Amino acid sequence: MHELSLHILDLVQNSLEAGAQTIWLGIVEDAEADKLTIRITDDGKGMDEATVSRATDPFVTGRTTRKVGLGLPLIQMTATQCGGHLSIASKPGQGTTVEAVYQLSHWDRPPLGNVADTIKTIIVANPGITFYYLHRVGHKAFFVSTQELKEILGDIPFSHPEVLAWLDNYLKENTANLYGGVQP
Amino acid sequence: MKTVEDLRRLREELKSQMRVRHEGGTRIIVGMGTCGIAAGAREVMTAVLDEIAKRKLEDVVVRQTGCIGMCEKEVLLDVVRPGEPRITYGKVKPEHVPLIIAEHVVNGRIVEDLVVGKIIE
Repeated sequence: MHELSLHILDLVQNSLEAGAQTIWLGIVEDAEADKLTIRITDDGKGMDEATVSRATDPFVTGRTTRKVGLGLPLIQMTATQCGGHLSIASKPGQGTTVEAVYQLSHWDRPPLGNVADTIKTIIVANPGITFYYLHRVGHKAFFVSTQELKEILGDIPFSHPEVLAWLDNYLKENTANLYGGVQP
Repeated sequence: MKTVEDLRRLREELKSQMRVRHEGGTRIIVGMGTCGIAAGAREVMTAVLDEIAKRKLEDVVVRQTGCIGMCEKEVLLDVVRPGEPRITYGKVKPEHVPLIIAEHVVNGRIVEDLVVGKIIE
């Protein structure tokens, strides 16, 4: 995948399949430490130690529709190729945290890409979950809580055309603002 | 720059405009497994949301789903109109989305060329 924001979508789908009701996404770019960290925490069904240790094996998967699972192995590959690592912490019944760390300045690090479209997809296509998104670049930060948005909207869905237009502008402008006005 | 306050104002405007709430509208479901995402599912989803906003469609429900095993036919997009069979479109590109929405979602005419499956629910 050519964008880290596509890997984020992939990790969120894993959380959804684990039955998560709440998903926290954190993206932190720290130029001083030369690190880009992506962390996803969910309250899904979790995994035992043995399953965690096999989770990055492409020939192990939780799904029943086919026998390979490439999501985590692909993320681990890009992270380790870029001077970083992938770590997974999980407990049955308590949820899972997946953290991918990249060397920010690494030549081969894929761009974060269109994170606004990734966030919009997660919010609109999964209105039943609570989703928190915190994105920090240096001293700037952008935070979205779907709990807050849902309280404002009441019975109006995220897929209402006017709400979609607002959400699109809100996410694009605020993520671009983190990068001095340009798309990451 | 857009703020949450803008959403509050929008909500007040919509409250006064909303008369009939359409229940049980058409559902659009996009496959978002690793296979789907790698094949361009996010771009297809973005095209769907753009089209809903552009055509001001108020009774469409959008959802994502995981891998259903037809990875070679990704991106998979399902349209389910109330009381009609679930139609699965395969190898969907963002440029197909306006056609699927105009023909199938709005006018109820299935875009046969892109269909890979039909399920009566």
